[in-house]
Amino acid sequence: MSIATPEFGTAGPEAGARSEDYLWTLNFGPQHPATHTTLRLVLKLDGERVVDAMPEMGYLHSGFEKIGEHLSFNQYVTVTDRMNYISPMANNVAWHGAVETLLGIELTPRCTYIRTIIAELARISDHLLSNGAVGLDTGAFTFFLYGFYQREVIYDIFETLCGARFTNSYTRVGGASHDFTPLVIEKIRIFLKNFPKTLNDMERLLTRNRIFVDRTKGVGVLTKEEAINGGATGPVARASGVTRDLRKDDPYLAYGDLDFQVCCASAGDCYSRYLVRMQEMRESLRIVAQALENLPAGPVDVGIGQRVARPTKQQVYSTIEGTISHFELSMSNRGFEVPHEESYAATEAPNGELGFYIVGDGSENAYRARCRPPSVLHFALFPQLIRGHTLSDVVAVLGSLNIIAAELDR
Amino acid sequence: MPLAVDDILGGLAARCGDVETSVFRGQTRVVVPEPRSFEALAWLKEQGFDLLIDVTCVDYLEYPGAKHRYGLVYLLVSTATNCRLTVRVFVDDPDPTVKSVVPLWAAANWLEREVWDLFGIRFSGHPDLRRLVMPQEFTAHPLRKDYPLQGRGERHNFPIITRDHS
Repeated sequence: MSIATPEFGTAGPEAGARSEDYLWTLNFGPQHPATHTTLRLVLKLDGERVVDAMPEMGYLHSGFEKIGEHLSFNQYVTVTDRMNYISPMANNVAWHGAVETLLGIELTPRCTYIRTIIAELARISDHLLSNGAVGLDTGAFTFFLYGFYQREVIYDIFETLCGARFTNSYTRVGGASHDFTPLVIEKIRIFLKNFPKTLNDMERLLTRNRIFVDRTKGVGVLTKEEAINGGATGPVARASGVTRDLRKDDPYLAYGDLDFQVCCASAGDCYSRYLVRMQEMRESLRIVAQALENLPAGPVDVGIGQRVARPTKQQVYSTIEGTISHFELSMSNRGFEVPHEESYAATEAPNGELGFYIVGDGSENAYRARCRPPSVLHFALFPQLIRGHTLSDVVAVLGSLNIIAAELDR
Repeated sequence: MPLAVDDILGGLAARCGDVETSVFRGQTRVVVPEPRSFEALAWLKEQGFDLLIDVTCVDYLEYPGAKHRYGLVYLLVSTATNCRLTVRVFVDDPDPTVKSVVPLWAAANWLEREVWDLFGIRFSGHPDLRRLVMPQEFTAHPLRKDYPLQGRGERHNFPIITRDHS
Protein backbone atom coordinates (compact mmCIF):
# COMPACT_ATOMS: atom_id res chain seq x y z
CA MET A 1 0.00 0.00 0.00
CA SER A 2 1.29 3.41 -0.82
CA ILE A 3 0.49 6.71 0.82
CA ALA A 4 -2.63 7.98 -0.85
CA THR A 5 -1.97 11.00 -3.00
CA PRO A 6 -4.45 13.64 -1.89
CA GLU A 7 -6.85 14.93 -4.46
CA PHE A 8 -6.29 18.37 -5.81
CA GLY A 9 -9.03 20.55 -4.50
CA THR A 10 -8.58 23.21 -7.12
CA ALA A 11 -7.50 21.33 -10.22
CA GLY A 12 -9.03 22.68 -13.39
CA PRO A 13 -12.31 20.92 -13.99
CA GLU A 14 -12.16 21.31 -17.76
CA ALA A 15 -9.04 19.16 -18.12
CA GLY A 16 -10.02 15.52 -18.14
CA ALA A 17 -7.96 12.70 -16.64
CA ARG A 18 -6.80 11.52 -20.08
CA SER A 19 -5.42 14.84 -21.22
CA GLU A 20 -3.48 15.28 -17.98
CA ASP A 21 -1.59 12.05 -18.32
CA TYR A 22 1.61 13.80 -19.35
CA LEU A 23 1.67 15.72 -16.05
CA TRP A 24 3.65 14.22 -13.28
CA THR A 25 3.35 14.62 -9.56
CA LEU A 26 6.22 15.61 -7.33
CA ASN A 27 6.11 15.20 -3.60
CA PHE A 28 8.00 18.10 -2.00
CA GLY A 29 8.56 17.60 1.70
CA PRO A 30 7.68 17.06 4.50
CA GLN A 31 11.40 16.48 4.97
CA HIS A 32 13.16 18.70 2.50
CA PRO A 33 15.92 21.26 3.18
CA ALA A 34 14.16 23.99 1.21
CA THR A 35 10.88 23.75 3.04
CA HIS A 36 12.93 24.70 6.13
CA THR A 37 10.19 23.21 8.27
CA THR A 38 8.01 20.12 8.14
CA LEU A 39 5.41 20.87 5.54
CA ARG A 40 4.46 19.08 2.39
CA LEU A 41 3.64 20.22 -1.09
CA VAL A 42 2.29 17.95 -3.78
CA LEU A 43 3.17 19.63 -7.04
CA LYS A 44 1.65 18.84 -10.39
CA LEU A 45 4.28 19.53 -13.01
CA ASP A 46 4.28 20.03 -16.73
CA GLY A 47 8.00 19.68 -17.38
CA GLU A 48 9.41 22.29 -15.02
CA ARG A 49 6.26 24.36 -14.87
CA VAL A 50 4.02 24.04 -11.85
CA VAL A 51 0.46 23.49 -12.99
CA ASP A 52 -0.98 23.09 -9.56
CA ALA A 53 0.14 22.71 -5.98
CA MET A 54 -1.54 21.08 -3.06
CA PRO A 55 -0.17 22.21 0.29
CA GLU A 56 -0.49 19.76 3.11
CA MET A 57 0.15 20.51 6.75
CA GLY A 58 -0.18 18.84 10.10
CA TYR A 59 3.15 17.03 10.34
CA LEU A 60 4.11 19.09 13.35
CA HIS A 61 0.71 19.22 15.01
CA SER A 62 1.22 18.97 18.75
CA GLY A 63 -2.13 20.05 20.12
CA PHE A 64 -0.96 23.39 21.50
CA GLU A 65 -4.54 24.64 21.81
CA LYS A 66 -5.54 21.54 23.76
CA ILE A 67 -2.54 21.97 26.04
CA GLY A 68 -3.58 25.59 26.50
CA GLU A 69 -6.75 24.41 28.19
CA HIS A 70 -4.73 22.54 30.78
CA LEU A 71 -1.92 24.96 31.63
CA SER A 72 -2.24 28.17 33.59
CA PHE A 73 -1.85 31.52 31.90
CA ASN A 74 1.72 31.82 33.09
CA GLN A 75 2.68 28.25 32.22
CA TYR A 76 1.33 28.42 28.69
CA VAL A 77 3.86 31.06 27.71
CA THR A 78 6.44 28.28 27.39
CA VAL A 79 4.26 26.66 24.73
CA THR A 80 3.89 29.93 22.80
CA ASP A 81 7.70 30.02 22.51
CA ARG A 82 7.43 26.97 20.35
CA MET A 83 4.88 28.37 17.92
CA ASN A 84 6.86 30.76 15.76
CA TYR A 85 10.20 29.65 17.13
CA ILE A 86 12.21 32.19 15.16
CA SER A 87 10.66 35.06 17.09
CA PRO A 88 9.44 33.60 20.38
CA MET A 89 9.46 36.96 22.17
CA ALA A 90 6.77 38.24 19.82
CA ASN A 91 4.60 35.23 20.69
CA ASN A 92 5.12 35.78 24.40
CA VAL A 93 4.06 39.40 24.05
CA ALA A 94 1.01 38.38 22.00
CA TRP A 95 -0.09 35.70 24.45
CA HIS A 96 0.18 37.75 27.60
CA GLY A 97 -1.23 40.79 25.83
CA ALA A 98 -4.32 38.70 25.11
CA VAL A 99 -4.47 37.37 28.68
CA GLU A 100 -4.21 40.88 30.07
CA THR A 101 -6.99 42.03 27.76
CA LEU A 102 -9.19 39.27 29.17
CA LEU A 103 -8.27 40.09 32.75
CA GLY A 104 -8.43 43.85 32.19
CA ILE A 105 -4.94 44.62 33.45
CA GLU A 106 -3.24 47.91 32.77
CA LEU A 107 0.51 47.43 32.43
CA THR A 108 3.10 49.73 33.92
CA PRO A 109 4.71 52.19 31.46
CA ARG A 110 8.09 50.53 31.86
CA CYS A 111 6.64 47.14 31.01
CA THR A 112 4.95 48.41 27.85
CA TYR A 113 8.24 49.89 26.67
CA ILE A 114 10.23 46.78 27.50
CA ARG A 115 7.74 44.60 25.67
CA THR A 116 7.84 46.95 22.69
CA ILE A 117 11.62 46.74 22.55
CA ILE A 118 11.77 42.96 22.74
CA ALA A 119 8.94 42.56 20.24
CA GLU A 120 10.81 44.74 17.77
CA LEU A 121 14.08 42.91 18.34
CA ALA A 122 12.16 39.70 17.68
CA ARG A 123 10.82 41.23 14.48
CA ILE A 124 14.34 42.05 13.32
CA SER A 125 15.54 38.56 14.06
CA ASP A 126 12.53 37.04 12.30
CA HIS A 127 12.92 39.19 9.20
CA LEU A 128 16.64 38.45 9.09
CA LEU A 129 15.90 34.76 8.98
CA SER A 130 13.00 34.90 6.52
CA ASN A 131 14.83 37.20 4.12
CA GLY A 132 17.98 35.19 4.66
CA ALA A 133 16.10 32.03 3.75
CA VAL A 134 14.85 33.60 0.52
CA GLY A 135 18.43 34.56 -0.27
CA LEU A 136 19.72 31.13 0.66
CA ASP A 137 17.16 29.33 -1.48
CA THR A 138 17.92 31.52 -4.46
CA GLY A 139 21.64 31.03 -4.07
CA ALA A 140 22.89 33.85 -1.86
CA PHE A 141 24.60 32.14 1.03
CA THR A 142 26.67 35.09 2.27
CA PHE A 143 23.55 37.16 2.78
CA PHE A 144 22.11 34.44 4.98
CA LEU A 145 25.27 34.22 7.07
CA TYR A 146 25.39 37.99 7.55
CA GLY A 147 21.83 37.79 8.82
CA PHE A 148 22.57 34.88 11.08
CA TYR A 149 25.48 36.64 12.67
CA GLN A 150 23.20 39.48 13.70
CA ARG A 151 20.55 37.06 14.91
CA GLU A 152 23.22 35.67 17.18
CA VAL A 153 23.70 39.15 18.68
CA ILE A 154 19.96 39.38 19.34
CA TYR A 155 20.01 35.92 20.95
CA ASP A 156 22.81 37.15 23.12
CA ILE A 157 20.72 40.15 24.22
CA PHE A 158 17.82 37.83 25.08
CA GLU A 159 20.13 35.49 26.95
CA THR A 160 21.45 38.36 29.01
CA LEU A 161 17.90 39.51 29.64
CA CYS A 162 16.22 36.28 30.69
CA GLY A 163 18.73 33.45 30.53
CA ALA A 164 17.34 31.70 27.48
CA ARG A 165 18.38 32.15 23.91
CA PHE A 166 15.54 30.57 21.94
CA THR A 167 12.71 29.64 24.23
CA ASN A 168 12.58 32.85 26.17
CA SER A 169 9.24 32.59 28.05
CA TYR A 170 9.96 36.12 29.10
CA THR A 171 6.61 37.73 29.80
CA ARG A 172 4.39 37.09 32.79
CA VAL A 173 0.80 38.08 33.46
CA GLY A 174 1.05 41.74 34.39
CA GLY A 175 4.77 42.06 33.80
CA ALA A 176 7.91 40.25 32.83
CA SER A 177 10.22 37.73 34.41
CA HIS A 178 13.21 40.08 34.52
CA ASP A 179 13.77 43.80 34.38
CA PHE A 180 16.24 45.39 31.98
CA THR A 181 19.67 45.55 33.53
CA PRO A 182 22.28 48.15 32.52
CA LEU A 183 24.13 45.35 30.71
CA VAL A 184 21.09 44.53 28.58
CA ILE A 185 20.62 48.19 27.68
CA GLU A 186 24.30 48.42 26.83
CA LYS A 187 24.08 45.38 24.57
CA ILE A 188 21.02 46.73 22.79
CA ARG A 189 22.83 50.05 22.28
CA ILE A 190 25.79 48.22 20.73
CA PHE A 191 23.41 46.30 18.48
CA LEU A 192 21.68 49.53 17.43
CA LYS A 193 25.05 51.00 16.59
CA ASN A 194 26.40 48.04 14.61
CA PHE A 195 23.35 46.64 12.94
CA PRO A 196 22.67 49.42 10.36
CA LYS A 197 26.11 48.76 8.89
CA THR A 198 25.29 45.08 8.41
CA LEU A 199 21.89 45.97 7.03
CA ASN A 200 23.52 48.25 4.47
CA ASP A 201 25.92 45.47 3.54
CA MET A 202 23.04 43.06 3.17
CA GLU A 203 21.12 45.47 0.97
CA ARG A 204 24.18 45.97 -1.18
CA LEU A 205 24.56 42.23 -1.53
CA LEU A 206 21.07 41.41 -2.63
CA THR A 207 18.69 44.29 -3.31
CA ARG A 208 20.13 45.09 -6.71
CA ASN A 209 21.72 41.73 -7.33
CA ARG A 210 20.74 40.73 -10.84
CA ILE A 211 20.37 37.02 -10.09
CA PHE A 212 18.27 37.62 -7.03
CA VAL A 213 16.05 40.20 -8.71
CA ASP A 214 15.50 37.89 -11.67
CA ARG A 215 14.58 35.06 -9.36
CA THR A 216 12.09 37.05 -7.26
CA LYS A 217 10.65 39.92 -9.28
CA GLY A 218 7.27 39.09 -10.75
CA VAL A 219 7.28 35.71 -9.02
CA GLY A 220 4.40 34.73 -6.78
CA VAL A 221 2.29 37.83 -7.34
CA LEU A 222 -0.48 38.37 -4.81
CA THR A 223 -2.90 41.14 -5.69
CA LYS A 224 -4.39 43.42 -3.06
CA GLU A 225 -7.88 41.93 -3.49
CA GLU A 226 -6.56 38.39 -3.17
CA ALA A 227 -4.55 39.37 -0.11
CA ILE A 228 -7.57 40.81 1.68
CA ASN A 229 -9.92 38.05 0.59
CA GLY A 230 -7.42 35.39 1.57
CA GLY A 231 -6.87 36.87 5.02
CA ALA A 232 -3.22 37.79 4.50
CA THR A 233 -1.71 40.06 7.14
CA GLY A 234 1.70 41.42 8.03
CA PRO A 235 4.50 41.85 5.48
CA VAL A 236 2.76 39.57 2.97
CA ALA A 237 -0.30 41.82 2.87
CA ARG A 238 1.72 45.03 3.02
CA ALA A 239 3.81 43.95 0.05
CA SER A 240 0.55 43.71 -1.89
CA GLY A 241 -0.51 47.23 -1.02
CA VAL A 242 -2.71 46.59 2.01
CA THR A 243 -1.80 49.48 4.30
CA ARG A 244 -2.61 47.64 7.45
CA ASP A 245 -0.38 47.47 10.48
CA LEU A 246 -1.85 46.88 13.90
CA ARG A 247 0.93 48.91 15.48
CA LYS A 248 -0.54 51.97 13.76
CA ASP A 249 -4.18 51.01 13.27
CA ASP A 250 -4.80 49.73 16.74
CA PRO A 251 -1.83 50.89 18.82
CA TYR A 252 -1.03 48.60 21.69
CA LEU A 253 1.88 48.67 24.16
CA ALA A 254 3.98 51.81 23.57
CA TYR A 255 3.54 52.06 19.80
CA GLY A 256 1.22 55.05 20.12
CA ASP A 257 4.04 57.16 21.59
CA LEU A 258 6.69 56.22 19.05
CA ASP A 259 7.40 57.60 15.62
CA PHE A 260 7.70 55.03 12.86
CA GLN A 261 6.37 54.33 9.41
CA VAL A 262 4.40 51.47 7.96
CA CYS A 263 6.32 49.92 5.07
CA CYS A 264 4.29 48.93 2.06
CA ALA A 265 4.85 47.92 -1.52
CA SER A 266 2.40 47.49 -4.35
CA ALA A 267 3.77 44.78 -6.63
CA GLY A 268 2.90 41.87 -4.33
CA ASP A 269 5.68 39.62 -5.60
CA CYS A 270 8.52 37.90 -3.73
CA TYR A 271 10.80 40.86 -4.31
CA SER A 272 8.28 43.26 -2.71
CA ARG A 273 7.96 41.03 0.30
CA TYR A 274 11.74 41.04 0.59
CA LEU A 275 11.84 44.85 0.31
CA VAL A 276 9.08 45.33 2.88
CA ARG A 277 10.93 43.12 5.37
CA MET A 278 14.23 44.91 4.77
CA GLN A 279 12.59 48.28 5.32
CA GLU A 280 10.68 47.09 8.37
CA MET A 281 13.95 46.18 10.03
CA ARG A 282 15.06 49.81 9.69
CA GLU A 283 11.78 51.00 11.18
CA SER A 284 12.13 48.48 13.99
CA LEU A 285 15.57 49.88 14.73
CA ARG A 286 14.04 53.35 15.00
CA ILE A 287 11.37 52.03 17.34
CA VAL A 288 13.90 50.28 19.56
CA ALA A 289 16.14 53.35 19.67
CA GLN A 290 13.28 55.64 20.64
CA ALA A 291 11.85 53.25 23.18
CA LEU A 292 15.25 52.71 24.75
CA GLU A 293 15.90 56.45 25.06
CA ASN A 294 12.48 57.05 26.60
CA LEU A 295 12.41 53.93 28.77
CA PRO A 296 10.38 54.98 31.82
CA ALA A 297 11.63 54.29 35.30
CA GLY A 298 9.57 52.42 37.85
CA PRO A 299 8.44 48.86 38.38
CA VAL A 300 7.95 46.33 35.58
CA ASP A 301 5.22 44.30 37.21
CA VAL A 302 1.84 45.70 38.09
CA GLY A 303 1.31 46.49 41.76
CA ILE A 304 0.13 44.21 44.54
CA GLY A 305 -3.35 45.74 44.25
CA GLN A 306 -4.03 43.94 40.97
CA ARG A 307 -3.16 40.55 42.44
CA VAL A 308 -1.72 39.01 39.32
CA ALA A 309 2.04 39.53 39.39
CA ARG A 310 4.24 38.24 42.13
CA PRO A 311 5.43 40.96 44.50
CA THR A 312 9.13 41.62 44.92
CA LYS A 313 11.05 39.87 47.68
CA GLN A 314 11.33 43.22 49.47
CA GLN A 315 7.54 43.47 49.56
CA VAL A 316 7.06 39.84 50.55
CA TYR A 317 9.37 40.10 53.56
CA SER A 318 8.41 43.56 54.75
CA THR A 319 4.69 44.01 54.09
CA ILE A 320 1.69 41.91 55.01
CA GLU A 321 0.02 42.62 51.64
CA GLY A 322 3.11 41.36 49.86
CA THR A 323 3.18 38.18 51.92
CA ILE A 324 -0.51 37.47 51.35
CA SER A 325 -0.26 38.21 47.65
CA HIS A 326 2.78 36.02 47.19
CA PHE A 327 1.12 33.20 49.13
CA GLU A 328 -2.14 33.42 47.20
CA LEU A 329 -0.43 33.48 43.83
CA SER A 330 1.68 30.47 44.78
CA MET A 331 -1.21 28.33 46.03
CA SER A 332 -2.60 25.96 43.46
CA ASN A 333 -6.19 26.58 44.52
CA ARG A 334 -5.96 30.37 44.57
CA GLY A 335 -4.40 32.37 41.77
CA PHE A 336 -6.06 35.39 40.26
CA GLU A 337 -9.61 36.19 39.32
CA VAL A 338 -10.57 35.45 35.74
CA PRO A 339 -13.87 36.74 34.37
CA HIS A 340 -16.42 34.38 32.79
CA GLU A 341 -15.88 36.08 29.49
CA GLU A 342 -14.06 35.78 26.22
CA SER A 343 -11.94 38.22 24.31
CA TYR A 344 -9.62 38.44 21.36
CA ALA A 345 -6.46 40.48 21.28
CA ALA A 346 -3.95 40.60 18.48
CA THR A 347 -0.49 41.95 17.95
CA GLU A 348 1.45 42.68 14.80
CA ALA A 349 3.83 39.75 14.96
CA PRO A 350 6.69 39.58 12.42
CA ASN A 351 4.61 37.23 10.28
CA GLY A 352 1.30 39.04 10.49
CA GLU A 353 -1.58 39.34 12.85
CA LEU A 354 -0.97 36.95 15.73
CA GLY A 355 -3.99 36.91 17.97
CA PHE A 356 -5.35 34.81 20.79
CA TYR A 357 -9.01 34.21 21.41
CA ILE A 358 -9.22 33.31 25.07
CA VAL A 359 -12.26 32.08 26.94
CA GLY A 360 -12.07 32.42 30.71
CA ASP A 361 -14.17 30.26 33.00
CA GLY A 362 -13.02 31.59 36.34
CA SER A 363 -10.19 29.11 36.75
CA GLU A 364 -6.52 29.85 36.27
CA ASN A 365 -6.48 27.96 32.98
CA ALA A 366 -8.03 29.21 29.80
CA TYR A 367 -11.21 27.36 28.87
CA ARG A 368 -10.15 27.79 25.26
CA ALA A 369 -6.92 29.27 24.01
CA ARG A 370 -7.26 29.76 20.30
CA CYS A 371 -4.20 31.01 18.48
CA ARG A 372 -4.81 32.82 15.22
CA PRO A 373 -1.66 31.94 13.31
CA PRO A 374 -0.80 34.13 10.31
CA SER A 375 1.10 31.30 8.60
CA VAL A 376 -1.99 29.16 8.01
CA LEU A 377 -3.67 31.76 5.85
CA HIS A 378 -0.46 32.52 4.01
CA PHE A 379 0.17 28.86 3.30
CA ALA A 380 -3.37 28.48 1.97
CA LEU A 381 -2.52 31.20 -0.57
CA PHE A 382 0.44 29.22 -1.87
CA PRO A 383 -1.24 27.37 -4.81
CA GLN A 384 -2.51 30.56 -6.40
CA LEU A 385 0.92 32.18 -6.03
CA ILE A 386 2.88 29.37 -7.63
CA ARG A 387 0.61 28.38 -10.52
CA GLY A 388 2.41 28.95 -13.80
CA HIS A 389 5.86 29.42 -12.30
CA THR A 390 8.71 26.96 -12.41
CA LEU A 391 9.78 24.40 -9.87
CA SER A 392 12.74 26.54 -8.83
CA ASP A 393 10.35 29.36 -7.90
CA VAL A 394 8.64 27.15 -5.33
CA VAL A 395 11.37 27.75 -2.78
CA ALA A 396 11.44 31.51 -3.45
CA VAL A 397 7.69 31.81 -2.89
CA LEU A 398 7.75 29.52 0.11
CA GLY A 399 10.60 31.46 1.67
CA SER A 400 9.04 34.85 1.04
CA LEU A 401 5.78 33.78 2.70
CA ASN A 402 7.85 32.76 5.72
CA ILE A 403 5.87 29.65 6.58
CA ILE A 404 6.85 28.36 9.99
CA ALA A 405 5.43 24.86 10.42
CA ALA A 406 5.39 25.00 14.20
CA GLU A 407 3.10 28.00 14.02
CA LEU A 408 1.19 26.49 11.12
CA ASP A 409 0.29 23.28 12.88
CA ARG A 410 0.50 24.25 16.53
CA MET B 1 -19.80 53.00 2.69
CA PRO B 2 -18.86 51.66 6.10
CA LEU B 3 -21.39 52.25 8.80
CA ALA B 4 -21.11 52.91 12.49
CA VAL B 5 -21.34 49.93 14.80
CA ASP B 6 -24.83 50.85 16.00
CA ASP B 7 -26.13 51.05 12.43
CA ILE B 8 -24.61 47.67 11.66
CA LEU B 9 -26.21 46.07 14.68
CA GLY B 10 -29.53 47.69 13.74
CA GLY B 11 -29.22 46.43 10.18
CA LEU B 12 -28.42 42.93 11.40
CA ALA B 13 -31.42 42.95 13.71
CA ALA B 14 -33.64 43.98 10.80
CA ARG B 15 -32.34 41.07 8.72
CA CYS B 16 -31.98 38.28 11.24
CA GLY B 17 -34.61 38.99 13.84
CA ASP B 18 -33.34 38.85 17.39
CA VAL B 19 -29.58 39.36 17.51
CA GLU B 20 -28.01 39.46 20.91
CA THR B 21 -25.23 41.99 21.26
CA SER B 22 -22.72 42.53 24.02
CA VAL B 23 -19.57 44.51 24.57
CA PHE B 24 -16.59 43.33 26.58
CA ARG B 25 -13.29 45.25 26.80
CA GLY B 26 -14.38 47.39 23.89
CA GLN B 27 -15.07 44.40 21.64
CA THR B 28 -18.53 44.25 20.12
CA ARG B 29 -19.98 40.79 19.78
CA VAL B 30 -23.17 39.81 18.08
CA VAL B 31 -24.92 36.46 18.21
CA VAL B 32 -26.63 35.50 14.98
CA PRO B 33 -29.13 32.62 14.76
CA GLU B 34 -27.66 29.66 12.90
CA PRO B 35 -30.16 29.48 9.99
CA ARG B 36 -29.46 33.11 9.06
CA SER B 37 -25.71 33.13 9.66
CA PHE B 38 -24.68 33.12 6.00
CA GLU B 39 -27.04 35.97 5.09
CA ALA B 40 -25.83 37.97 8.07
CA LEU B 41 -22.16 37.49 7.23
CA ALA B 42 -22.77 38.22 3.55
CA TRP B 43 -24.50 41.44 4.52
CA LEU B 44 -21.66 42.34 6.88
CA LYS B 45 -19.18 41.81 4.08
CA GLU B 46 -21.16 44.19 1.91
CA GLN B 47 -20.99 46.74 4.71
CA GLY B 48 -17.21 46.80 4.54
CA PHE B 49 -16.01 43.90 6.71
CA ASP B 50 -13.76 42.66 3.96
CA LEU B 51 -11.11 40.87 6.03
CA LEU B 52 -11.96 37.63 7.79
CA ILE B 53 -9.40 37.32 10.54
CA ASP B 54 -10.41 34.02 12.04
CA VAL B 55 -13.03 31.33 12.19
CA THR B 56 -12.84 29.26 15.30
CA CYS B 57 -15.04 27.44 17.73
CA VAL B 58 -15.51 26.91 21.44
CA ASP B 59 -16.96 23.72 22.91
CA TYR B 60 -19.12 24.81 25.85
CA LEU B 61 -19.71 21.29 27.17
CA GLU B 62 -18.33 22.02 30.64
CA TYR B 63 -18.78 25.78 30.64
CA PRO B 64 -20.88 27.01 33.55
CA GLY B 65 -24.18 28.48 32.42
CA ALA B 66 -23.80 27.68 28.74
CA LYS B 67 -26.99 27.06 26.76
CA HIS B 68 -25.46 25.59 23.61
CA ARG B 69 -22.74 23.05 22.94
CA TYR B 70 -20.65 24.77 20.25
CA GLY B 71 -20.11 28.44 19.64
CA LEU B 72 -18.51 29.45 16.37
CA VAL B 73 -16.52 32.65 16.32
CA TYR B 74 -16.08 34.79 13.23
CA LEU B 75 -13.66 37.67 13.69
CA LEU B 76 -14.25 40.36 11.09
CA VAL B 77 -12.29 43.49 10.34
CA SER B 78 -12.94 46.33 7.97
CA THR B 79 -9.66 47.32 6.34
CA ALA B 80 -11.06 50.78 5.53
CA THR B 81 -12.19 51.81 9.01
CA ASN B 82 -10.31 49.22 11.08
CA CYS B 83 -13.58 48.43 12.83
CA ARG B 84 -13.72 44.98 14.42
CA LEU B 85 -16.75 42.80 14.96
CA THR B 86 -17.08 39.35 16.49
CA VAL B 87 -19.95 37.27 15.16
CA ARG B 88 -21.06 34.27 17.16
CA VAL B 89 -23.14 31.39 15.84
CA PHE B 90 -24.26 28.63 18.18
CA VAL B 91 -24.90 25.09 17.04
CA ASP B 92 -25.75 21.91 18.91
CA ASP B 93 -25.44 18.15 18.79
CA PRO B 94 -26.31 16.01 16.96
CA ASP B 95 -24.79 16.87 13.62
CA PRO B 96 -23.71 20.45 14.19
CA THR B 97 -23.78 22.11 10.79
CA VAL B 98 -23.40 25.66 9.63
CA LYS B 99 -23.26 27.17 6.17
CA SER B 100 -19.76 27.70 4.84
CA VAL B 101 -18.57 31.26 4.21
CA VAL B 102 -15.93 30.25 1.64
CA PRO B 103 -17.97 31.93 -1.14
CA LEU B 104 -17.55 35.20 0.78
CA TRP B 105 -13.96 34.97 1.98
CA ALA B 106 -11.36 32.62 0.55
CA ALA B 107 -9.63 32.82 3.94
CA ALA B 108 -12.42 30.71 5.43
CA ASN B 109 -11.34 27.65 3.45
CA TRP B 110 -8.58 26.38 5.72
CA LEU B 111 -10.01 27.93 8.86
CA GLU B 112 -13.25 26.00 8.42
CA ARG B 113 -11.33 22.84 7.61
CA GLU B 114 -9.50 23.26 10.90
CA VAL B 115 -12.76 23.70 12.82
CA TRP B 116 -14.19 20.59 11.13
CA ASP B 117 -11.03 18.69 11.98
CA LEU B 118 -10.78 19.66 15.62
CA PHE B 119 -14.44 20.16 16.56
CA GLY B 120 -16.40 18.12 14.05
CA ILE B 121 -18.61 20.96 12.88
CA ARG B 122 -19.78 20.47 9.32
CA PHE B 123 -19.72 23.39 6.95
CA SER B 124 -22.32 22.82 4.28
CA GLY B 125 -21.23 24.03 0.88
CA HIS B 126 -17.53 23.91 1.69
CA PRO B 127 -15.61 22.95 -1.46
CA ASP B 128 -13.02 20.71 0.18
CA LEU B 129 -13.96 19.74 3.72
CA ARG B 130 -11.05 17.48 4.65
CA ARG B 131 -9.11 17.34 7.88
CA LEU B 132 -6.41 19.97 8.07
CA VAL B 133 -4.01 19.10 10.87
CA MET B 134 -4.97 15.60 11.96
CA PRO B 135 -4.40 12.58 9.70
CA GLN B 136 -7.26 11.76 7.33
CA GLU B 137 -7.74 8.38 9.06
CA PHE B 138 -8.39 10.00 12.42
CA THR B 139 -11.88 9.39 13.72
CA ALA B 140 -12.27 11.81 16.63
CA HIS B 141 -12.32 15.58 17.00
CA PRO B 142 -9.65 16.34 19.59
CA LEU B 143 -10.53 19.86 20.72
CA ARG B 144 -13.94 18.75 21.92
CA LYS B 145 -14.10 18.83 25.68
CA ASP B 146 -15.04 15.16 25.93
CA TYR B 147 -11.77 14.18 24.25
CA PRO B 148 -9.10 13.52 26.88
CA LEU B 149 -5.81 15.35 27.02
CA GLN B 150 -3.93 12.12 27.57
CA GLY B 151 -4.83 8.50 27.18
CA ARG B 152 -5.35 5.91 24.52
CA GLY B 153 -5.57 7.48 21.13
CA GLU B 154 -6.67 6.26 17.75
CA ARG B 155 -3.24 5.30 16.52
CA HIS B 156 -4.33 1.75 15.85
CA ASN B 157 -6.54 3.07 13.06
CA PHE B 158 -3.60 4.18 11.00
CA PRO B 159 -2.49 1.93 8.15
CA ILE B 160 0.85 0.28 8.73
CA ILE B 161 3.26 1.03 5.93
CA THR B 162 6.07 -1.46 5.63
CA ARG B 163 9.20 -1.04 3.61
CA ASP B 164 8.00 -3.63 1.08
CA HIS B 165 4.81 -1.79 0.35
CA SER B 166 5.95 1.79 0.42
